[in-house]
Amino acid sequence: MVTAVVSLMILGGLFGLGLGWAARRFRVESDPVVDRIDAILPQTQCGQCNYPGCRPYAEAIASGEAPINQCPPGGQDGIRALADLLGVEELPLNPENGAAAAPTVAVIDEAVCIGCTLCIQACPVDAIVGATKQMHTVIEDECTGCDLCLPPCPVDCIEMVERPGHAWRRPRPDRAPYGAAGPEPLASGGAAR
Amino acid sequence: MTTHAFSPRDDARARLAEDRLYRFHGGLRLRHNKKVSCELPVASVPLPERLFVPLLQHAGPEARATVEPGQAVLRGESIGCFRHLGAGCLHAPTSGTVEAIVDHPASRASGRDGACIVLRPDGRDEWRPREPLVDWAAADPAELRRRIAGSGIVGLGGAVFPTGYKVDQASARGIHTVILNGSECEPWISCDEMLMREEPDAIVLGARILQRAVGAEQTLIAIEDQMGAVSEALQGAVDRSGADDIRVVKVTTIYPEGGEKQLIQVLTGLEVPSGGRPTDLGLLCQNVATATAVAQAVTEDKPLIERIVTVTGPGIARPRNLLARIGTPIADLVAFAGGYTPQAARLVLGGPMMGYPLASDANPVIKAANCILVLGAADLRAPQAELPCIRCGECARVCPAVLLPQELNRVIRASQWDEAAAFGLHDCIECGCCDLACPSHIPLVEWFRYGKSELRERAIERGRAEHARARFESRRARLERIQRERKQRMAEKKRALRDAQERKAKVAAAVARAREKQERKP
Repeated sequence: MVTAVVSLMILGGLFGLGLGWAARRFRVESDPVVDRIDAILPQTQCGQCNYPGCRPYAEAIASGEAPINQCPPGGQDGIRALADLLGVEELPLNPENGAAAAPTVAVIDEAVCIGCTLCIQACPVDAIVGATKQMHTVIEDECTGCDLCLPPCPVDCIEMVERPGHAWRRPRPDRAPYGAAGPEPLASGGAAR
Repeated sequence: MTTHAFSPRDDARARLAEDRLYRFHGGLRLRHNKKVSCELPVASVPLPERLFVPLLQHAGPEARATVEPGQAVLRGESIGCFRHLGAGCLHAPTSGTVEAIVDHPASRASGRDGACIVLRPDGRDEWRPREPLVDWAAADPAELRRRIAGSGIVGLGGAVFPTGYKVDQASARGIHTVILNGSECEPWISCDEMLMREEPDAIVLGARILQRAVGAEQTLIAIEDQMGAVSEALQGAVDRSGADDIRVVKVTTIYPEGGEKQLIQVLTGLEVPSGGRPTDLGLLCQNVATATAVAQAVTEDKPLIERIVTVTGPGIARPRNLLARIGTPIADLVAFAGGYTPQAARLVLGGPMMGYPLASDANPVIKAANCILVLGAADLRAPQAELPCIRCGECARVCPAVLLPQELNRVIRASQWDEAAAFGLHDCIECGCCDLACPSHIPLVEWFRYGKSELRERAIERGRAEHARARFESRRARLERIQRERKQRMAEKKRALRDAQERKAKVAAAVARAREKQERKP
């Protein structure tokens, strides 16, 4: 009886040590969930989700504080990807956060700009160049279309326009739907673009 | 004992030396319909009233026009260049005046208009000053590559990949064999066959120049076994050139054996790795017409401003091959080939398998235009309702890329993009075999093209997002650093102030002590 108990305890201890060593030695570096959520978010840094950027929203989703349907630029595709990642139900986009829209870029009317630098300070990705009392301009390739430069502008000289070069996408070839089932629902986010 | 280095490129070289042919998976034997357009010799189409040169004729973003409306240009002058690379990529097909740069039908698969340079020929067809390089055999390979890149040559087999870039990559990676692709496998198309019959010397010259430009040891010219006189013509040209490192190889005619990857598999038995390039096997594959363009670019300083186009099909009165300037409206070619027959029902750019329909013959000839096919109503597949996939597997059996089209179809319809990529959507060559084999009439290739464009868009969006993230993070780091530095400066100032006060207090105390002493003395 005693022998059995003691030997099992010793065996248990040995296996425990072995497993502990293996866990340290062969540790698999997995992405923390925040990074994986952040990788799905579109990085517009627009704050429409009520968080000051994509990373903070990713942190809020990871901690269960925020639902996954607050990102309009990501669209329904983004919500689906988040739902797949987190194993939760796909939700429709919360209309309070805005509607999915075509990607845009900001354009400054350079004749009207007074050089106040307020938009430069507001831009989350440093896409606006200029200096005090000098004309400002937007670097089109860097602009994420977040709209954050619009409110601070005292002379309303910034306009959002559709991002060039993305006008045409090959359409879904749903020309004749299967049987009588009717057309498949289109991926709203992708199709809207 | 000798040791062997088994790298894929050594393997490919050894297998090429064996001089045997292999098979690729799937494929279809199709009716060729090539004879009809091979009866008349290649003829030049007269200059049209106006040429429409689209700015987008190569893989990648649209070119930037370097001419302005009203400007006079000479034949062969550069009129457009790649946006990011400096090299010229579009050249004036003839001398004349640039009338405008406008949106016009531009022979695009999307059917949308594109920016075209409208050139009004002056009829003199006057060349710009040319600097032919006759002694190419002694020239620096880098100079040869520079000339190729500056002549606007793209792959004329259909992929329109810039040849200058391809040759630069090949020379940087090291190449042992140049493969010239003359196995024009798609039905109806015969422009390469006619070129090989009529200009075999130019092709061999191009092969030798390419071989020197990339530093390869040998060249293989692959042709189809049913091309008849072509083989003798090419062999004669090889013998005349005196080159002993060029070989003509006949491959079995099975569509799509003329695809780059399929041809390599036929010749070596090796697959180009998924996502890889033929350079991984030490190979450079070029179309025979591209080789001719290379020869002309180097030895005549003649950029790519014209090409041979097959004008054929039941809808054409006298099917034949025509040499046309880039930008010539298709209507002019059709008129030269005797006009339309009463059967004409659809205009296709390219062959019946991989070509795309055009809405009008106002579309111009582009660098990729190997064939203008006019089909009759009887040749079109009747518009049949698409039926559900019965998972018969016919599509997988004929797929030359060894993919599973039925699975790809399923995941693309469900917008499962990661799965689509995992099923190898990128490796689809859009040959159309699965479409033809499908008993349920599912437009599989349409779906795959859509899926590929979605994957591409997604990758671009992902890239943009990563870039934005990096900029956001760096801005955050900068703002934090500035704040930290400001705090530090404030703290330093405070400390300095306190130190100054302490010093003052010390001095004051010393003064006070001294005064006390003085007062106590008397």
